[in-house]
Amino acid sequence: MIAFIARRLIVSFFVLLAATMVIYALTALAGDPLEDLRELPGPDRDRKIADRIERMNLDVPLPLRYLSWLGNLFRGDLGVNRDGQDVSVLLGNALSATLQLVVAATVLAVVIGVIVGIVSALRQYSTFDYSVTFTAFVCFSLPLFWVAVMLKQYIAIEFNDWLRDPVIPPTVIAVASLVGGLIWAAVLVGGRRARLAAFALGAAATAVTLTLLSATRWFADPGIGVVGLAVLAGGTAVGVTALISGLRHRDPLYAALSAAGIGVILSQVLDPVLADPSWLEIFGLALLTVAVCAGLGYALGGLLRRQAILAAVLTGLVTAGLTFLDRMLRGFADYSDYVRGRPIATIGSSTPNFKGDFWQTNLDVAGHLLLPTMALILISLATYTRYSRSSMLEVMNLDYVRTARAKGLPERTVVTKHAFRNGMIPITTLMAFDFAGVIGGAIVTENVFGWQGMGSLFLRGLQQVDPAPVMAFFIVSGSAIVLFNMLADIIYAYLDPRIRLS
Amino acid sequence: MAISAQAAGAAQGMTVVARTQTQLVRRRFFRHRAALIGMLVFGGIVVLAFSSIGFGPLPGWWDKSYLATGAVVDQGRPTLSLVPQFLGGEGLRWGEHPFGQDNIGIDYFALTMRGTQQSIIVAFIVGFVATTVGTLAGAFAGYFRKKVEAILMRLTDVMITIPVLIIAAIVGRSFGDSGIVVLAICIGLVTWPTLGRLIRGEFLSLREKEFVEAARALGTSSSRIIFRHILPNTVGVIIVSATLAIANAVLLESALSFLGVGVQPPDVSLGQLIDTYRSAMTTRPWLFWWPGVFIIAIALSINFIGDGLRDAFDPRQTRVRA
Repeated sequence: MIAFIARRLIVSFFVLLAATMVIYALTALAGDPLEDLRELPGPDRDRKIADRIERMNLDVPLPLRYLSWLGNLFRGDLGVNRDGQDVSVLLGNALSATLQLVVAATVLAVVIGVIVGIVSALRQYSTFDYSVTFTAFVCFSLPLFWVAVMLKQYIAIEFNDWLRDPVIPPTVIAVASLVGGLIWAAVLVGGRRARLAAFALGAAATAVTLTLLSATRWFADPGIGVVGLAVLAGGTAVGVTALISGLRHRDPLYAALSAAGIGVILSQVLDPVLADPSWLEIFGLALLTVAVCAGLGYALGGLLRRQAILAAVLTGLVTAGLTFLDRMLRGFADYSDYVRGRPIATIGSSTPNFKGDFWQTNLDVAGHLLLPTMALILISLATYTRYSRSSMLEVMNLDYVRTARAKGLPERTVVTKHAFRNGMIPITTLMAFDFAGVIGGAIVTENVFGWQGMGSLFLRGLQQVDPAPVMAFFIVSGSAIVLFNMLADIIYAYLDPRIRLS
Repeated sequence: MAISAQAAGAAQGMTVVARTQTQLVRRRFFRHRAALIGMLVFGGIVVLAFSSIGFGPLPGWWDKSYLATGAVVDQGRPTLSLVPQFLGGEGLRWGEHPFGQDNIGIDYFALTMRGTQQSIIVAFIVGFVATTVGTLAGAFAGYFRKKVEAILMRLTDVMITIPVLIIAAIVGRSFGDSGIVVLAICIGLVTWPTLGRLIRGEFLSLREKEFVEAARALGTSSSRIIFRHILPNTVGVIIVSATLAIANAVLLESALSFLGVGVQPPDVSLGQLIDTYRSAMTTRPWLFWWPGVFIIAIALSINFIGDGLRDAFDPRQTRVRA
């Protein structure tokens, strides 16, 4: 293993070195770095040109310039851009902005994509499967920038306008209920009767929820409330237990339900603590949640202790997350007033000069993240759905799955224990690639939404024929790709012992 | 014998008709409904784009030019109407400016058609160059192994480390001014490595097969083995990846042009149209709509064709279709 890592690192080092050479040369030769200065009127034109030549070492031939850049790089100095700004400072800011943008998007895309992919694999050749396949194809063919501008126009601007008087028109409710009913009917397996019932129930539930939300003007001052929190936490407890251990044995269910109950009670008791916490406190509370829930699972789990612990911890974390969301939404009305009724932002990563408590700051960030995240998810969601579907289908046809069925295991166990775990092995590799790619790949999204991230660092450097920022960008994105590829191989070998690293 | 066996089969209702590989592939492809629709849509778009405003010296049937400005009629609103009269629309109508006009009165239908032409040309050149280079490199690397393979594979290692959009943007920044053909060739020259690796994998497994050994034993030259014996066996993989490469190239070109490092004015492409008119979104949204619709239609139909081809060439994946 160590030999493998060492060899890979050495090879990767030389590969990266060669790549920097290619990029440096191509960037430096891509145009005239003095273009904007040459057209400058006035007497200080020559002085400015001389300044820039001095700063970018333009009087030195290209290979030597590259070598001096490389030498500085090994000393940990990324150089200055053409305006004399320190590139490492620029890079730090850009990287944090981009990470903020892509982490949430990637995690959400993975979770949603894998779930949809698995359901679609389990319902192969159903209407749901065909619709998912078609949607995935459409997503593959969508130009990201076009979608992003569309989102800006139709989601942000129109939604913000609508928020002034948040009443959902009856036609929208009708259409949404029909669609909701259809989705439920498509996901559910069973005869025509069961499907019709699912359709009716789903449509009715959607209609009632939307009507209630509209009548109470929920969107003007959203929140979950204690009752909502209790219902959602309880539902999560039942759902999670049903997936992890099934509902036949009661012990894990009791553990999960008590985790949900304690979570709801604590969310009210801890109100003063949550008034204006720091991230450290939130992190501490999350750790506490895990510890308490693990204890609950251990105590109440009985024979199914392991499953009970897992179910309780997951339920507890979801409940904590819901509490977090609830607190954030409570500040929504004030925040919305502050930004003059336009909570969904279209430009930048935060409202300039915005000062609020912990929750409002987070709300501000969330409002700015919403659209770019949606755009990014749309694209990578399709990939994850397709991959997890085909991987799941492949696994479901293997002999050991048939064996598992033949020895009488319930379908839930077959899917979650036998098929799912092995089916997800290829997805981990994909995740590693995707995350590495997305650090450098959010260029278009950043461009549309005006984020000052890695993409804009690269693009501006390229437009200005300024190699230093472009190279800084590449050092990060290239190393990420190399490292994550190696990581993917190691994880793969760990998860699938048939694979040998060599 | 064979005839009587077939007759006996026919009597039991099990006629097995002998079909060549090509026939099998064609049959499987034409059974793929989505691929067929994709083919029709794509063919329709190509015919529409090239026949309407003409191409090069050839005149088209559309009387307005994508260069001529004119008086802006009705704020440049599109005159195309697809809603029939009994549904409260204006009936099926083509009108004076079906896609509307831009702010200086250029007919937007003509402009979109011009952009579609250019985008399709760029995508096909990129696909062709990437496929040719990738196939040759993969074939030589896979067949000769050793030094050739080491060099070519290290080269692809280097290229794969650089995200496609990045290297394409850098190349586009340098060659965007030299016209779309040069730009397309350059993009093709930097996007081949993934395809090369795929072909190399195919060659690696095929070169160990008996028929290659037999050919070598007969004294067949290396180039003949590569091009006459192995390459025809990889044609499925090549065609499928070429199709998908074209679909990706459409999106890549439009993304580059949108970022301002692809097709440069006065050349027009769909992505560049979107970039030009993105600020007009609030006042003249149709200037933004049409190029996007065409990009999606082209990419989607080619993707479906690729899917159909994959199913047709790879019988293991063929599914029973309802």
